[in-house]
Formats: sequence, structure tokens, C-alpha cells
Amino acid sequence: MSDSDAQVVFQVSRHPAKGGETVVVSIRGDVDLVESPEVRRRLLELANGKPARLVVDLAGVGYMDSSGVASLVEALQRVRSYQGTLVLAAPTPRVRSIFEIARLDTIFQIVATREEALGA
Amino acid sequence: MTRPGALAPVAVRILSCPTYLSVVRAATERFCVAVGFDSKSAQQIGLALDEALANVIKHGYEGRQDQPIHIEFQLLPAGGDGEGAGQMRICVRDFGRQVDTSQIVSRDLDDIRPGGLGVHIMRSVMDEVSFRRRGLTGMELEMIKQVRPAERDAERACDGAAEQQEPTA
Repeated sequence: MSDSDAQVVFQVSRHPAKGGETVVVSIRGDVDLVESPEVRRRLLELANGKPARLVVDLAGVGYMDSSGVASLVEALQRVRSYQGTLVLAAPTPRVRSIFEIARLDTIFQIVATREEALGA
Repeated sequence: MTRPGALAPVAVRILSCPTYLSVVRAATERFCVAVGFDSKSAQQIGLALDEALANVIKHGYEGRQDQPIHIEFQLLPAGGDGEGAGQMRICVRDFGRQVDTSQIVSRDLDDIRPGGLGVHIMRSVMDEVSFRRRGLTGMELEMIKQVRPAERDAERACDGAAEQQEPTA
């Protein structure tokens, strides 16, 4: 079971690339009703900068519920509004399963590693 | 571990504060593993209950964080011959706003938008999900999931292997 005592931690890195900047945000912690509002705020803030590609690295997310998924859906819609790309990287099987249950695993671009996401 | 055939209910009472959701998730997963679910199923049941509680907080109590939520876990026994799997029953009771239960439905998943996935997740994970009004105030949610026979078969296989390794007199 994951330790959810800590608040969610974000780490952002920027990678210039042909065709526009790639922004990678690594999220660490549990994304539930407590933390999803901040996740939503951070993702939309990054999307408002209109990076060509926004990569959300989920390797450090031990748990996510539908409020967390909703934050990602909103970010996806915001990125798509300017023809950008959003990629989810390295979700754990537990996190991936909620996307499968919600049938969003075919809507989101999901890759196994951060490196794949950078090359996507 | 000896799996109990039936258990007295385990009652948990929390306030409608989202901070307690992780506590309930952890307890739920441990209880589920103890009664025979594999870890993936235990995690999914924890998710289903988390979604139910989030709905109570958001809709039943309209965001108030100081209202009571009562949760009860119960393992219902297997059949009289001991064969077949038991059932996990989870009951969530609140004292908040009542809704027409016919309005509690899973939304169309082809409509890609944030929110509204909680009921779908509950119904996908659990075998039975039912809502009812409690008297004049509050709602009661009952979720039931069968402990799958495959998990009981695995337990019997382990017991059988252990017996074969026992030295004979």
C-alpha cells in the first residue's frame, strides 16, 4: 500500500524540441479527492503555456481515483484545444487499471516509460 | 492463514473529511486480503469504496467535512457444505441529502469529460451495488463482491501440497 501521508509533489522539466517544447511534469504521491484539486490546477497552469507536448509522468503515483482522472481529462481537453499532445508515462498497473475501467485507456496516449514519452 | 467462514461486522465511523479516505482505503485493502481476495481485487474494492465515500462527501453532504459516515464490512459465509466462495458486503450509511435512487446511474463513457465516473467504477468492480433512502434523512449504499472460487482453489492447492510434504509415521 502506498504512503499517502505526504502531499503530492510535482517536478517539472522542459525540453526544447523540433516542433515545439516538451514539458514533463512528474507527479509523486496519491491523487485522490484531497490532492486532485492541486493536480488539476498545476496541469492546467502548464497547459496554458501551450507546450507542443505535455508529458505527465505517473511513475510515482501510487493511487489515483476518478477525481485524479478528471484532472487529467481536463488537461487533455485543454491541450487538444490548441492541437497539442498529452502523454501519460509509466503508470503503475494499479493506476492504469482505473483508466481501463473508465475506458479512457484508448483515449489517452499511455506509454510505459518517460523515455518513450519524450520520443512519442 | 485460516480463512474465516464468516466474520462479525467490522464497523468504521469517520467524518466526511477527504483526509480520512486514505485511512479507509488502507483498512479496506487489508480486510479484503485477510478474507481471501487477491491484492489486485483488494485494491479495486478499496477504489470502489473510495468512490462511494467521495460521492457522499461531494453530493450527500455537499462538501461539508464534519458530518458522519458509517461504514460496515462483513464477510458473509459460504454455503453450508463449505464449498463455494463467501461474499464481502460493504455498507455505507450517511445522514445527508437524499436523492432519487433512479437518478444514480453510470454515465455514458463515450462522452469524454471530467467527472461522473464514480458510479461506473463501483458497478464495474463490485458484483452488486444498490442504493436506498434511509428514513427521512440520508442514504444507504450496499456493495457486494463474491470471493472468487479461484482464490479458494489456490488455498486448497497450497494446503494439499503442504500435506504431501508431511513426513509419515
